[in-house]
Amino acid sequence: MRKVLMGNHALSYGAMLSRVQVVAAYPITPQTQVVELLSEMCAEKILDAQFIKVESEHSAMAACLGASLAGARTFTATSAQGLALMHELLHWASGGRLPVVLGNINRAMAPGWSIWTDQNDSLSQRDTGWMQFYCGSNQEVLDSVIQAFKVAEKLHIPAMIILDAFSLSHTYEIVDVPDQEKVDKFLPPFQPKFRLTPDEPHAFGGLTSPEHYFELRYKLQKDMEKAPALIEETGQEFEELFGRKLGLVDPYKCDDAEIILVTSGTTGYTARVAVDHFREKGLKVGNLRIRVLRPFPFEKVQSILSHAKKVAVIDRNISYGHHGIFYQEVKSALYGNSSVPVFGYITGLGGRDITLNTFQKIIEETQRNETPPERISWIGVKK
Amino acid sequence: MNHPQKKKQNKMRLTLPLEEYMHSGHLACQGCGATLAMRYVLKALGQRTALCIPACCWSVIDGPFPYSSLDVPIFHCAFETAAISAAGLKAGLEMVGDHETQVVAWAGDGGTFDIGIQALSGVAERNDDIIYVCYDNEAYMNTGIQRSSATPFGAWTTTTPVKHYKNRPKKDIDAILAAHRIPYVATANISYPEDLYRKVLKAKNIKGTRFIHIYAPCPSGWKTRPEDTIKLGKLAVQTCIFPLFEVEEGSTWKINIKPREKKPVEEYLMRQGRFRHLTAEAIALIQEEVDRRWARLLKYEETSPL
Ligand SMILES: Cc1ncc(C[n+]2csc(CCOP(=O)(O)OP(=O)(O)O)c2C)c(N)n1
Ligand code: SF4
Ligand SMILES: [Mg+2]
Repeated sequence: MRKVLMGNHALSYGAMLSRVQVVAAYPITPQTQVVELLSEMCAEKILDAQFIKVESEHSAMAACLGASLAGARTFTATSAQGLALMHELLHWASGGRLPVVLGNINRAMAPGWSIWTDQNDSLSQRDTGWMQFYCGSNQEVLDSVIQAFKVAEKLHIPAMIILDAFSLSHTYEIVDVPDQEKVDKFLPPFQPKFRLTPDEPHAFGGLTSPEHYFELRYKLQKDMEKAPALIEETGQEFEELFGRKLGLVDPYKCDDAEIILVTSGTTGYTARVAVDHFREKGLKVGNLRIRVLRPFPFEKVQSILSHAKKVAVIDRNISYGHHGIFYQEVKSALYGNSSVPVFGYITGLGGRDITLNTFQKIIEETQRNETPPERISWIGVKK
Repeated sequence: MNHPQKKKQNKMRLTLPLEEYMHSGHLACQGCGATLAMRYVLKALGQRTALCIPACCWSVIDGPFPYSSLDVPIFHCAFETAAISAAGLKAGLEMVGDHETQVVAWAGDGGTFDIGIQALSGVAERNDDIIYVCYDNEAYMNTGIQRSSATPFGAWTTTTPVKHYKNRPKKDIDAILAAHRIPYVATANISYPEDLYRKVLKAKNIKGTRFIHIYAPCPSGWKTRPEDTIKLGKLAVQTCIFPLFEVEEGSTWKINIKPREKKPVEEYLMRQGRFRHLTAEAIALIQEEVDRRWARLLKYEETSPL
């Protein structure tokens, strides 16, 4: 059924259709509607789940871990400060191999207080062992939740569904809400390999000596390496049932492109307007939207970008003392595979608008120079 | 000659079930009160129990991966999350159709009075259906004897050295929990196993958040002799330093053991290396505070329900 949904509600519907069994969450702007709708769904018994109204995000994640270990499908959602507060527990989730799915609304970190979007909150959690999906539309948000559960539960690796504050979270779009029956066919109930039960008493997560710890982490990485193929495969299976395809990356007019703009989240769609605009003027521009940052889609990124003459990576985030994080990732993936120059642009921090004009500047600067004139090009900053 | 009376005397009276859910091979120090606490609690709860154990001595005592000295499953969880990990686990078990398993958060005093109090307060306020057991050895022992807010006035720890021994009273965690109006709060003591057992059984048959605070001597951290552990537990009650009581619905206070004659606190303190530096004045101060607290507790009971 087609509905007009805000991004936050697309998350809630995704969780509902996935038949989550335990939800634990704490409100934070701009995430609140996600949990409001879920608590309503629980109260109305549209969703047969326990909703634990915790006293913090920290407890939200801890509750999800306990529930997941019992074998229940669990979901939470948060943003910025809330995600940062969860940090320790994000490691507990991946280390404990508990496939929780979390919706994170990208919001800039305080201070100063900001409720507007940038990616430093989720990117600060890049190395916690979670899969990270950056969404570009509300339809993708809903579809990603369902697919993420499938992948996460197969690999026993948790997953984060990430959407931009306001430009997705509060933006209404037409979303096809699939039939429950069909979703059930796609996503069977959670059947963990191990779960906590007195029937088979095990100790989970106890003291682990150097004799064993290393192997546990090796296995996590090995399973993470299986994720790219599984994500693609799951996307195809989803397409067969629902007619919509989602993969690791989403290329737009990249085949013959001389300049490829690499983006993530909603900026991808603005980039596409710029791509069309410049193509009309005869400049071959393309856009590669990276949908999955962890696991990193090495092969896709390498094969698509190495055809280009120049690559421009647009980061709505920064690793202070280094560079934009997508820029680092793309550069390291290309190193040794391609000598295409990679330009790094930082823009839109704290929710400053990224517009057609922003991309115009980026494209023009990339076109003008053979190699990046500066290590970081700041677009739209008042220096 | 057959003396019927004598025959009766020869029969051993068992006050606790024979079943053991805790086994040898664990890693506790000699004379560890925390181990006795676990042993007795599990005797009352039985095998359909699941434990959430945050960082504390017990996260080591149970044994390293892949071993465990307990017959019940354990979720080793983050230090500050015992209560909510248990509540989450309970919710999860319910959703997969297990309505029977008692989920127990099992934490030390640091994990309860300090870093875990936020999550515990949240669980208690919602009255989530778990048993929370705090075994109280009055300091952070796992990390090598640092003060916690459960460390009593006057005690030495590595962060309250003799020259700056702890000069604040122990936090009144039981009153804090009672103030949440949860159905059951009880103190217990490893030297009174029947009382402890009865309280856990009672808790087992109540729904909602149940809090049991168990006094658990720690020879390594208190600088006491392992063979004094039980003796110290008795003295803690006889001096009224750690009274045994129950609070129902946050309102009905009942003291379980009222010593006919309170022993002086000095008798308790002087058996422990951690208090050996105390002057007569300091001991007098402690006596005063213990008397005051005891008088207040008697008043709570007297005026119950509050
Ligand atoms: C977030 C966090 N901070 C600090 C620690 C280190 N730590 C582990 S156990 C512990 C003290 C535990 O004290 P308590 O709860 O009283 O249990 P005990 O060791 O005395 O049995 C500390 C500080 C930790 N594991 N996690
Ligand atoms: S340090 Fe204390 S509490 Fe910890 S195991 Fe040893 S005696 Fe028990
Ligand atoms: Mg302690």
